[in-house]
Amino acid sequence: MPDRQHTSKHYDQQLRLLKDKLLLMSHQAEQMIADAIKALVDRRPTLAEEVITRDDTLDHLEVEIDTLCYEILALEQPVARDLRFIATALKIVRDIERIGDTAVNIAERARELIQEPELKRLIALPMMAEAAQRILKESLDAFVNEDAEEAERVIESDRPIDDLYEQIFRELLTYMIEDTRNISRAIKLIFIAKHLERVGDHSANIAEMVVFMVKGQDIRHGTRVDRR
Amino acid sequence: MGDALKIKVSRANFFYGTHQALHEVSMDIRDRFVTALIGPSGCGKSTFLRSLNRMNDLIPGARLVGNVELDGENIYSSGMDVIQLRRRVGMIFQRSNPFPMSIYENVAYGPRVNGITKKRVELDEIVERTLRGAALWEEVKDRLSRSAMSLSGGQQQRLCIARALAVEPEVILMDEPASALDPISTAKVEELIYQLKRDYSIVIVTHNMQQAARVSDETGFFLNGRLVEFSETKRLFTAPSMRETEDYITGRFG
Repeated sequence: MPDRQHTSKHYDQQLRLLKDKLLLMSHQAEQMIADAIKALVDRRPTLAEEVITRDDTLDHLEVEIDTLCYEILALEQPVARDLRFIATALKIVRDIERIGDTAVNIAERARELIQEPELKRLIALPMMAEAAQRILKESLDAFVNEDAEEAERVIESDRPIDDLYEQIFRELLTYMIEDTRNISRAIKLIFIAKHLERVGDHSANIAEMVVFMVKGQDIRHGTRVDRR
Repeated sequence: MGDALKIKVSRANFFYGTHQALHEVSMDIRDRFVTALIGPSGCGKSTFLRSLNRMNDLIPGARLVGNVELDGENIYSSGMDVIQLRRRVGMIFQRSNPFPMSIYENVAYGPRVNGITKKRVELDEIVERTLRGAALWEEVKDRLSRSAMSLSGGQQQRLCIARALAVEPEVILMDEPASALDPISTAKVEELIYQLKRDYSIVIVTHNMQQAARVSDETGFFLNGRLVEFSETKRLFTAPSMRETEDYITGRFG
């Protein structure tokens, strides 16, 4: 988006407002993921509850952002980088909202797990959570800074998260084989790992859109459709 | 839609006396394409348009250095029949300028003086065909003998398009053809442009960027007498390659 000002100040303000709302929303989503994991690891049921209620704010922001995008499209008829910015906003707002839903899912599983004794000390899962949060933060930073290089690095760094997921899955599988009473808790932990893996995917989606926004290149699905 | 080259402009430099209005402009204009020219006032886009049928010849001290070829033939060569050239490359202006005659005569005048035909039956046929081609026939068929001045602005502009079509041109140049029209008339002219490109090459100068985006296949962006960028319209309006183009079309200019 705008590093230089539009002749129309109003248009500029609208674009800035949109960016601010996206930043607010992504910050909240990041925080929700962090707190959901904290609720699980530190066994804090009230924090889990809090994450679940915070989803409403995120949903509201999604609707506000969508509405603002449609208004700008209808009233300003954006082209070129402005158009790509709006298209990006419309897409990543979905990813951010989904990340929020993921945080809720993690918080719900955490709430259940806290009521039972710990299956094991969690080691790989917090590592995975950290990796997922890092990639999320980096993709959002790339968006804020309109940094296509950083975005491309983010897309590459999705891999370790997938590897950690595999590792956690195998480990929990052995717990389930060992003792059927572990199954319920192990499955919930696997769900959480799966949710974190989705956070990585959403972050990669965001990063792909950032590359499109900055360079006008569509790099999704391994294609590279060059608009220039 | 064809891809054949219709007009080839190579390194055109245009001067009004000592003032240079175009610098080294090269552009390939394709047959049965709509080519839009955009840019701020004074950027040279209208000068460029008018150099395509030597309309600028009428201005004292105006001269072009470079090459403009229509179907491979240099239109600035000494052997070029300028009257014939302007028949092949017609022009529509911003302000509709029908002749103060009947609707019928406005269209029939060109074919008659150009010696295409003088026979009434054939002229009737040309008038109907071109008025249909200009999407005006249904509105005027019952009052062809009425003065062209009785038509609305939008109808007058379409009459001028019919008049241009009547002499069987190959290329139609349009200089802000819809800027004096209301939105409905503008939409009709735009739809007409879309229809006309099946048979003609069209070059249109417009200040309305959305119009350029809507009607054209390729767009050229002019700035300070230079052609900054010339590319496929959908590319230019989604991901232009030049910073100046981006600044202009997104409104970050001046």
